[in-house]
Amino acid sequence: MSQDNILSVDHLAMRFGGVVAVNDLSFTAERRKITALIGPNGAGKTTVFNCITGFYKPTSGAMRLTHDDGRNIQLERLNDFRISKQAKVARTFQNIRLFPGMTALENLMVAQHNALMRASGLTFLGLIGAPSWRAAEKHAIDQATRWLDRIGLLERADDAAGNLPYGDQRRLEIARAMCTEPALLCLDEPAAGLNARESAGLSELLLSIRGDHGTSILLIEHDMSVVMEISDHIVVMDYGVKIAEGAPKDISDNPRVIAAYLGADEEEAIAVMEGGT
Amino acid sequence: MTAPVPAPTLVSRAPGVAFIFKKALISALVALVLFSLMIGVRTEAGPTGQLIYWTRFDDLAAMVATVFGGSIVVELLRQWWGPVGTVRIVPPAAQDALVVARRAIAPVLLIFTFLVPVIFYDQRYILDLGILVLTYVMLGWGLNVVVGLAGLLDLGYVAFYAVGAYSYALLSTNFGLSFWVCLPLAGILAAFWGVLLGFPVLRLRGDYLAIVTLAFGEIIRLVIINWQSLTGGPNGVSGIPRPTFFGIPLIAGDNGLAAKLGIEYSPTHRIVFLFYLILALALLTNWVTIRLRRLPIGRAWEALREDEVACRALGINTTTTKLTAFATGAMFGGFAGAFFATRQGFISPESFTFQESALVLAIVVLGGMGSQLGVALAALTMIGGFELFRGFDQYRMLVFGVAMVLLMIWRPRGLIGHRAPTVFLERSQAISSELTSEGRG
Repeated sequence: MSQDNILSVDHLAMRFGGVVAVNDLSFTAERRKITALIGPNGAGKTTVFNCITGFYKPTSGAMRLTHDDGRNIQLERLNDFRISKQAKVARTFQNIRLFPGMTALENLMVAQHNALMRASGLTFLGLIGAPSWRAAEKHAIDQATRWLDRIGLLERADDAAGNLPYGDQRRLEIARAMCTEPALLCLDEPAAGLNARESAGLSELLLSIRGDHGTSILLIEHDMSVVMEISDHIVVMDYGVKIAEGAPKDISDNPRVIAAYLGADEEEAIAVMEGGT
Repeated sequence: MTAPVPAPTLVSRAPGVAFIFKKALISALVALVLFSLMIGVRTEAGPTGQLIYWTRFDDLAAMVATVFGGSIVVELLRQWWGPVGTVRIVPPAAQDALVVARRAIAPVLLIFTFLVPVIFYDQRYILDLGILVLTYVMLGWGLNVVVGLAGLLDLGYVAFYAVGAYSYALLSTNFGLSFWVCLPLAGILAAFWGVLLGFPVLRLRGDYLAIVTLAFGEIIRLVIINWQSLTGGPNGVSGIPRPTFFGIPLIAGDNGLAAKLGIEYSPTHRIVFLFYLILALALLTNWVTIRLRRLPIGRAWEALREDEVACRALGINTTTTKLTAFATGAMFGGFAGAFFATRQGFISPESFTFQESALVLAIVVLGGMGSQLGVALAALTMIGGFELFRGFDQYRMLVFGVAMVLLMIWRPRGLIGHRAPTVFLERSQAISSELTSEGRG
């Protein structure tokens, strides 16, 4: 069972001066499953993400990533770009961080930087236009084209990313993260700002990423319809600690979770739940 | 506005008269305060060292009146051209012609540059100016890698120019190495110093980066001045060998190139040779930069300019990416420096002041950050324009400054205000600079 976890977070803690953002958090994410991390605003979800993806160095605790071949990587020992390059963890951002002045296609090409860098012989083979480099470049363009097709942006491949509508930018950011060929994809509120139809499309996309690529997904989301529809496992956080964990069905009836969201005590929450749903 | 003016416009323009008048009055007042001391009173040191001054109130009055009148004219023009802020001067028909002209400008400019020594063979002044412009084109293209592509604001670029120049000067005068051996060495040494500068500034961004690079440029210059035993200090290095045509010197006499080719010797040969040499070096810089932009490293530079955090999330090593940008830019600066040394035959620290860095940076910014053609046009405008205004004598800097300000109002994102994508599926469409970032270091 433990071998089937792609990510296990053990006793993770993150303090900023006196503020405890995450305190003694432990959870696991299963391989080829979608794990959702939910909780009210300020619960510490994004901090956990930043620890996993190397943007923060955790105060204490361990995060172990296990690859398909059984290779273990301690994420807290890697920093910044190595998390993506060596551990194969990709992420998106709560506020979209595309390269706005580059085209959609270029954004996906930048994501394949490390593979292309090797193929271009650290630039020197590429500079003289070696055939092996040309083949690699074509392969990269093909891969980018496939992703653009999948997110329905093939028509707009040559448009600046900054000119795309909001929903398209969200999908493009996910495609860009996928172009790094990650083992674990971390999505920070991918449905934020999307309308109902776009959210449904997003759910479909995420399910197909999990199904077709076997990529495990870790998700922060506030849109409960998306979370409940696609998650295999849900971890609920409040004030930096885990307050519940389980399948979507169990979570939606959990009084502590509802209390956390409504800011009420448990008995009130039960009353609301029975009256409301 | 040729149609009969509708009533609402009249109403909205009625308070405009008072507004225009008020604005002109304020402008005139500001001009009066500014110019009262600058123009109104002229001071000079007398023969015995005492202060003598005389007033020029008529000039001052003329200046203030000009500002007052000019302000009214400008405001009226703005109102006639529709809403404030939108400038509709170019009709759509002319715009198509402009698109064609824009396409043709680069090849035409290139062919013309190749023909300059043929057309102006007898005009030494034009040839020298051409060499100067091309040197700045090359420096601009080199700095463009750092500032335009990678978005790292570098105010000390002249340091690499100096390293290149001194590398060639010292290697050739002390060890007798030829220009063609020293050229790559100068590039490598400059690139090395580029990396050396890169390390301490890796974590700096924006303004802080600019200040440290500025200091770096000064440090190199001060070291050159004070390390007298090596660099000759303020006296510089003289007697730097002239370039040879791959070993054959360009001199009068039996060993010279002219004698070998069986033509009559002329000093212009050397100038023409230098012209084509710097043209070749500049085109090499251009070619390499264009190639690099389409390689992963070039895309990573531009991505770094757009969003460094996103780059890290995509597994791009921002450290090596920044260092390669510094090194590549510095290398081209070093090449240009070696050329400068061989052309002048004498170099001293005075040639490598902050003013040079500022000029090259101005060329890059004015050209439109990241645009190769823009940088070439800007170098031509800045260096050529500076010569063009020589006739204005003491008002040269004033006229030049006004021209720069007007140009930046007309084209706030540089002469070429868009970026061409490095790869495309169906059509390559230019991206407006409004979308691209200037980079925060």
